[in-house]
Amino acid sequence: MENDKNNIIQELTQGDYKYGFVTDIETETSPIGLSEDTVRYISAKKNEPEFMLEFRLKAYRHWLTLTEPTWAHLHHPPIDYQNIIFYAAPKKQQTLNSLDEVDPELLKTFNKLGISLEEQKLFSGVAVDAVVDSISVKTTFKETLSEKGIIFCSYSEAVKEHPDLVKKYMGSVVPYTDNFFAALNSAVFSDGSFCYIPPGVRCPIELSTYFRINAANSGQFERTLIIADEGSYVSYMEGCTAPMRDENQLHAAIVEIIAHDNAEVKYSTVQNWYPGNKNGDGGIYNFVTKRGFCKGHNSKISWTQVETGSAITWKYPSLILKGDNSVGEFYSVAVTNNYQQADTGTKMIHLGKNTKSTVISKGISAGKSNNSYRGLIKVSKNAINSRNYTQCDSLLLGDKCGAHTFPYIETNNKSSIVEHEATTSKISEDQLFYCLQRGIDNESAISLIVNGYAKEVLNKLPMEFAVEAQKLLSISLEGSVG
Amino acid sequence: MEQITIDISLKDKMLALFEKNKQLLFKNNSKSMIDIKNNAIAKFNEIGFPHTKLEEWRLTNIEPYLKAEYQHHLQTKPIDVDIESIFQCEVPDLDTFVVVLFNGRYIYKHTPLTKLDNGTIIGSFEKALEEYPEIIEKHFNKYAKNDKNGFVALNTAFAQDGIFIYVPQNIIVEQAIQIINIINTTEEVFVQPRNLFIVEKNSSITLVSCDHSLTQTNSFSNAVTEILIDENAQLNHIRVQNKGKNSTLLNTTFVEQKNYAMLTSNVLTLNSGFIRNDLDISLNGEGCEANLYGIYLADKTQFVDNHTFVDHLLPNSNSKELYKGILDDKAKAVFSGKVMVRRDAQKTNAFQANKNILLTDEATINTKPHLEIYADDVKCSHGATVGQLDNEAMFYLRSRGLGEDCARMLLMYAFADEVINKIPIEALRVRLGNMVSKRLRGELSVCDQCVMHCNSKSPTQFNIDLSKL
Repeated sequence: MENDKNNIIQELTQGDYKYGFVTDIETETSPIGLSEDTVRYISAKKNEPEFMLEFRLKAYRHWLTLTEPTWAHLHHPPIDYQNIIFYAAPKKQQTLNSLDEVDPELLKTFNKLGISLEEQKLFSGVAVDAVVDSISVKTTFKETLSEKGIIFCSYSEAVKEHPDLVKKYMGSVVPYTDNFFAALNSAVFSDGSFCYIPPGVRCPIELSTYFRINAANSGQFERTLIIADEGSYVSYMEGCTAPMRDENQLHAAIVEIIAHDNAEVKYSTVQNWYPGNKNGDGGIYNFVTKRGFCKGHNSKISWTQVETGSAITWKYPSLILKGDNSVGEFYSVAVTNNYQQADTGTKMIHLGKNTKSTVISKGISAGKSNNSYRGLIKVSKNAINSRNYTQCDSLLLGDKCGAHTFPYIETNNKSSIVEHEATTSKISEDQLFYCLQRGIDNESAISLIVNGYAKEVLNKLPMEFAVEAQKLLSISLEGSVG
Repeated sequence: MEQITIDISLKDKMLALFEKNKQLLFKNNSKSMIDIKNNAIAKFNEIGFPHTKLEEWRLTNIEPYLKAEYQHHLQTKPIDVDIESIFQCEVPDLDTFVVVLFNGRYIYKHTPLTKLDNGTIIGSFEKALEEYPEIIEKHFNKYAKNDKNGFVALNTAFAQDGIFIYVPQNIIVEQAIQIINIINTTEEVFVQPRNLFIVEKNSSITLVSCDHSLTQTNSFSNAVTEILIDENAQLNHIRVQNKGKNSTLLNTTFVEQKNYAMLTSNVLTLNSGFIRNDLDISLNGEGCEANLYGIYLADKTQFVDNHTFVDHLLPNSNSKELYKGILDDKAKAVFSGKVMVRRDAQKTNAFQANKNILLTDEATINTKPHLEIYADDVKCSHGATVGQLDNEAMFYLRSRGLGEDCARMLLMYAFADEVINKIPIEALRVRLGNMVSKRLRGELSVCDQCVMHCNSKSPTQFNIDLSKL
């Protein structure tokens, strides 16, 4: 049986990354390297108003004063920021009016990825903003949404059409001074999604952004801003893939979410960047700053993430619970295989009264990978009657992988209750035996157990994603039992 | 007598002090020990004192405590003090062999180094260096990690005196050894005791360490203890810390366990000024067992920091950790527990829990239980909770006619009892239980800081009539 297991591990851990193709699309890129000129180039290329350029330059100058953080449980060769193309966009001659004008190659790419940009897919009920390399290529269902007053467009469009909103909220949750990668992103971010839900509106369909890195040697720096005004609701999803390349590519994004009084935002990610090959060559460095701000009373933000890709993941979707009675949730499944490294978790900063947060994190490590949970629960003095429950479990598949937890808990008042629980173990022999005994073969049994283990989180995903996530999970892991 | 006042920087002073007193510090030291000390001072020079920018000291700001003008006494001089006149242990029925460190120096009545009939050697580290250089040389600085922080390196460089205990093979020491560590001086002293405990194969011993300060003057104690528990040996180590509010105590303990060695450690912090306990355990053998228990009760502006590190290097070892804290007033506590399971340490079981009760809004707790695991066939878990007394339990007791205060006391005592009942010596367990219940009632703060000095001969009765339940 040991042999069997090993075979299955081999088969599956060597399974191909099916999104690894490269599309031949003409792209327009900025000169390689980073300087103030690059920043100006990007801003000029995008015809940005003056305030954006100022913001970028401020961020760039601040970035120069910073050094790359080293505290994470990650190892990688130093990144040469002068050897990265900071801006790459599919070349286009004029503004697109209809889908017919979209580069057919591009359409093919998205069809291949299983994402339809075509309007007839209306009934699938998902509005998609597709971002290739640095640029948002197509946003679907814009008209339907605008009827309700919902703004869902690319960041560059928002900068031009809704500068007041952008000015007001950009950098209000993740300031450019926040950290090294946030400063970098603020200086060179290219595009991303912008979403505004007006007061009292419940967004009727799921909003989704699909990110794709295509150009070689390029970094992707996108920015997402979601604003849920009073009493509104939105469910937002993002997905991402990249071609297989031998060199590492950098992805440093920022996501900012603001929830006003009684608003609710549900943010789901299935992150499937190219993880590198089985020898640990190539793959995406995914260094992302995501933060939500429960600004209003009774607001709620929930993060759900399935992390299967990227050579290195460095990501802590966080929440600042400022409004009284606000609720924060974080559900995460992080899977690492081969030489992947993940240092991920969350921060819950309780500032308002009666704030509640739940953290469920499931780490699965296989191969020679390292998977860390790093979290902070901070309860300030005024956050009376706050409540936190944290559970982080790690599953080890194989004897060369590592699973780590670094939870920080800081409590400053007497009426709050904070609980943290963590376990680390391998797949239970008993469970495996039980399944085998009932005639379920080894591979299915393991898949069953792993899926059951992650179920708690997968259940929180919107329908469309749950299916994809489950498939991903089995591709990344099936059979990798030690 | 060498005196130094701190006005520029303590680090420079320390380096100068070392240069100036090499002769004293190297007395009776072998060549290899001198090398160790020279390396340690170089290490200290390199890393300096820890500061809040370091992850391990992020929440423990030691800097203000380094500012007082401390006296350093390096000259060896037999101190002639009648131990019984300054200290009487009043734990009823506690039969122990008592050794005393007074302001960081070993004091004695008859002989500085006692050799019991069974071959066990107990006494002054300095004297042992003279009489048993081969044992000291074999073990000195073999378990301590001078790169852990500047204080450890500094202690190694200045290692002169402390407690030395050696238990030869196949000996079970029936009588517990009680180590009394007293600071009692009108001077502001900086002391650096260095202890070395060796428990050889198949032996067993119980140690009770008591840290006291009898006066209210500022004092700084930087203690390092090295412990070896060899194959099949067993060590029970109970620590009681009852320090004055102006005392600073850094207690760094390194334990090395060989195959099937067993350690039980209880750390009870009842009163503290500024206390940091670092417990660094290497399970460098198969089938080891390490049980770490701790309780800290802090009020006013007391600060208690417990850092533990359990390193599982080889297969089939178990470690278990339970630390509990009750914080009142503006007290602050830090807990950081790290469990490392190395690649070879398959079949490891490691459990860790830290539970805290905050009684006021001004009290602060920072807890960080973390796991680093590189082996797959392991069972590890950790948990941390911060909260208040259970309302339902409270209601249950009150509905049965207990007053609110009584009910709260009972629940707090029950909370603490989980740790206290792990103390292996019955007499001590009973006494400490009483001390904790007194402490919870706030009575000890009116006493003269020293628990053992307490005048009430009869053990205090718990003021709840349990028959009412």
